[in-house]
Amino acid sequence: MTSRQTYETRPLQCWGKAKEIRQNFYRDYAQAHEDGGLRWSGGAWTFGAIPCGLGDDVYSLTSEPYGASIAANKEFSMRCLEAAERAGYARDLCSYMRNYWGSVILDEYLWGGPFPKPDFIWQDHICCSHAKWYQVVCDHKPDIPSFCIDVAVGPTGELNDNKLDYVVGQMHDGIEWLEKVTDREYDDEKLIEAVYNECRSTSLWAEICCLNKAIPAPLEEKTMFSLYVLGTLMKHSKVVADFYEELRDEVAQRVQDRIAAIPNEQCRLMSDTQPPWGFLSLFRYLEEFGAISVGSLYTFGLIGMWEEMPDGSWGPRTTPQDRGIEIKDRDQALRILAEWNLSKPEWQHFYSPHLKTEMMVRIAKEWSLNGVLLHYNRGCEGLSLGIAENRLGLLEAGFPVMTFEGNMGDEREFDLARTKGRIDMFMETLGYKRSRKAGDRS
Amino acid sequence: MFEQLRDWEKNRHDYAKAWKERTGGKVLGYFCTYVPEEILHAAGVLPVRILGSHEPQDVTEPHIFGMYCPFCRDCLAQGLKGRYDYLDGIMIAQSCLHIRQAYTSWEKHRPPEFSYYLCMPNHVQSPRALPFLTGELAQFKAAVEEWTGKGIGEADLDRAIEVYNENRRLMHAVYQLRKGENPPLTGEEAMEMVIASQMTDKTEHNEELRKVLDGLPTRQNGRDTGVRLMIIGSEDDDTEFIRMVESCGATFVVDEHCTGTRYFWNEVEPRQDRLEAIAARYIERVPCPSKDWMERTRIRHILELAKQWNVDGAIVMQQKFCDPHELDTPAVRKALEGEGIKTLFLEFDVTVPLGQFKVRVEAFLEMFSEEDLFD
Repeated sequence: MTSRQTYETRPLQCWGKAKEIRQNFYRDYAQAHEDGGLRWSGGAWTFGAIPCGLGDDVYSLTSEPYGASIAANKEFSMRCLEAAERAGYARDLCSYMRNYWGSVILDEYLWGGPFPKPDFIWQDHICCSHAKWYQVVCDHKPDIPSFCIDVAVGPTGELNDNKLDYVVGQMHDGIEWLEKVTDREYDDEKLIEAVYNECRSTSLWAEICCLNKAIPAPLEEKTMFSLYVLGTLMKHSKVVADFYEELRDEVAQRVQDRIAAIPNEQCRLMSDTQPPWGFLSLFRYLEEFGAISVGSLYTFGLIGMWEEMPDGSWGPRTTPQDRGIEIKDRDQALRILAEWNLSKPEWQHFYSPHLKTEMMVRIAKEWSLNGVLLHYNRGCEGLSLGIAENRLGLLEAGFPVMTFEGNMGDEREFDLARTKGRIDMFMETLGYKRSRKAGDRS
Repeated sequence: MFEQLRDWEKNRHDYAKAWKERTGGKVLGYFCTYVPEEILHAAGVLPVRILGSHEPQDVTEPHIFGMYCPFCRDCLAQGLKGRYDYLDGIMIAQSCLHIRQAYTSWEKHRPPEFSYYLCMPNHVQSPRALPFLTGELAQFKAAVEEWTGKGIGEADLDRAIEVYNENRRLMHAVYQLRKGENPPLTGEEAMEMVIASQMTDKTEHNEELRKVLDGLPTRQNGRDTGVRLMIIGSEDDDTEFIRMVESCGATFVVDEHCTGTRYFWNEVEPRQDRLEAIAARYIERVPCPSKDWMERTRIRHILELAKQWNVDGAIVMQQKFCDPHELDTPAVRKALEGEGIKTLFLEFDVTVPLGQFKVRVEAFLEMFSEEDLFD
């Protein structure tokens, strides 16, 4: 199958701003103490809106994006992974976690200087590793007070008061704990503002992903990785919510002007789970076949919040503010925050892979896909959960699937040449020929 | 003395099928020891634990990615091969992600009459866990009542709690005898006893335990105790491995396994609200490492067992790829070694390389007699 169709492409105008937000995030965390601020560490999934009630000078380091950033620096990553192994930790554990631990054990921050020890840990427990991640950090950096919230109450469709009360109760306990360990008075107004921001940013991200239903797609997944990541850093911040609004407007304009992410889009794919971060060139390799990955449940649903629209399609979840809800107190804010996060698409498969398959099939249909690339990711026990069943489900629904094994954060477990070979064969099966070199957009 | 228990452990499927025929009751397979068996017993259902068969298999590759533990794949293989085709239902109580996949794939590809996913809380150290689990148990009880078509009254729950508590007390009594200088039973026999309890009607198991306890205190088993070992780690029903170690001049005198002490260590303490009493038992039990946070309470328990059972050394094992145990193993070994208890770490698969492990175990045991080398 060949096509001479070429589309106009153009860099994103807000790209520089995205980079700046990310750089500021890591800098602000490291420098927080200089002006008497606080530092906390916890996962990208954690309820980051809650520590906002401690003040405007409270900065976080989210552990998964930090582990991924380390992975992209192969030399430092290798030293981190080996440091974790020397300390006795198994090689098959989460590679973000091992990169993070290595940075702690070596006492080196990826962006220079010693590892900035957090003043407290604020985590949620989503997989077998999340709470225990920080037990190990505390083994190596004692005396960091830690709090973790269990969110394992079942899929969103089965949520009831008993389940919600469990999560919200822990949140209330967590706020009391935060006041105690920081000796600061908690400001509910700041919490409420953060909850509004989080709902706004995560709904906006889903809206941006929806724009990629267009043909040609205005964004390709490699670019989306650099944009969705802002949500994993501080989805509760006004900065990120405002940025996503600007991005949404720019991407909408690209759709209207038929500005494509790649000039020769012929074949539309999606991936799954975190990519091998040190080898994102794979996505450029796809372009040589006129293939584009338009996203994934991971890119769409880790940060994006979704709902079924009146026409039956998947669209951005309506925010509480858009529903006219005014948040009046702490309990209401926490209940909205808990319920909002428990509806996260990327969270549902923890209970059943078949829930994930349903969403993947929906994406495959609504985003007009020709095939699926499943990353059997040795680095993440949580997101690879049930992936083999997803493969069976997608095949049953009629979508061609290619699997490849790798690791998001440990380059020793990824074979680039072999993966490219698999892509060659997959694309051949789909009927696409390799026709140009990556980067050649003429 | 342990023949009946061994027979139940080895021929678990025959037992369950015969029980079903004899009683006309329903049999439910469960995947994790956080399942509140008391409620099932109260409903007249026989809960049996789903374990693997320790045979190489090729049926789970399309269903579970190979980076997950061999135990979960071995369990699923049993379902796909129809080894548990007498089950009327299956259930899981939320614990690790690995075993969850065995449940979800089994439910999809071998759908039973009844299946249930119980949201057992992970944050067992939170005061919020008890009311949450109590509520979840009420929902579970209602589901079981609907399935079996009969109500579960307070008297039924009281009776079940007492049967289960008695079972725990009896197994404790057997374990107490292992504290002696010459334990009257081997680690293999102890493991068979606990696994048998996971496969049989507890009233029958209790009856058998009472018989065992009649003769056990005076039993002479004609073997040297040798090095007093403890075994610690993830799911382990590999009796062949235990036998091999005990043939090398050692005896396992205690364990910290979910096929051992973690399964039966604490009882249900009476409360007005029976479901709350049951919930409290599962929240306060010796935790699986997947639930042992933020404080690692399990290590304190391990050290206490080692002290009370006068342990010389410990084999710390885990199923390959078992994240929760991998996250605890360095801390567990450090704590034991800090108390002067030597450790050997071994990673288990569906089958273990007995020859290679034997060499490592012998070398480990030699460390306990190093002074003899220079006599």
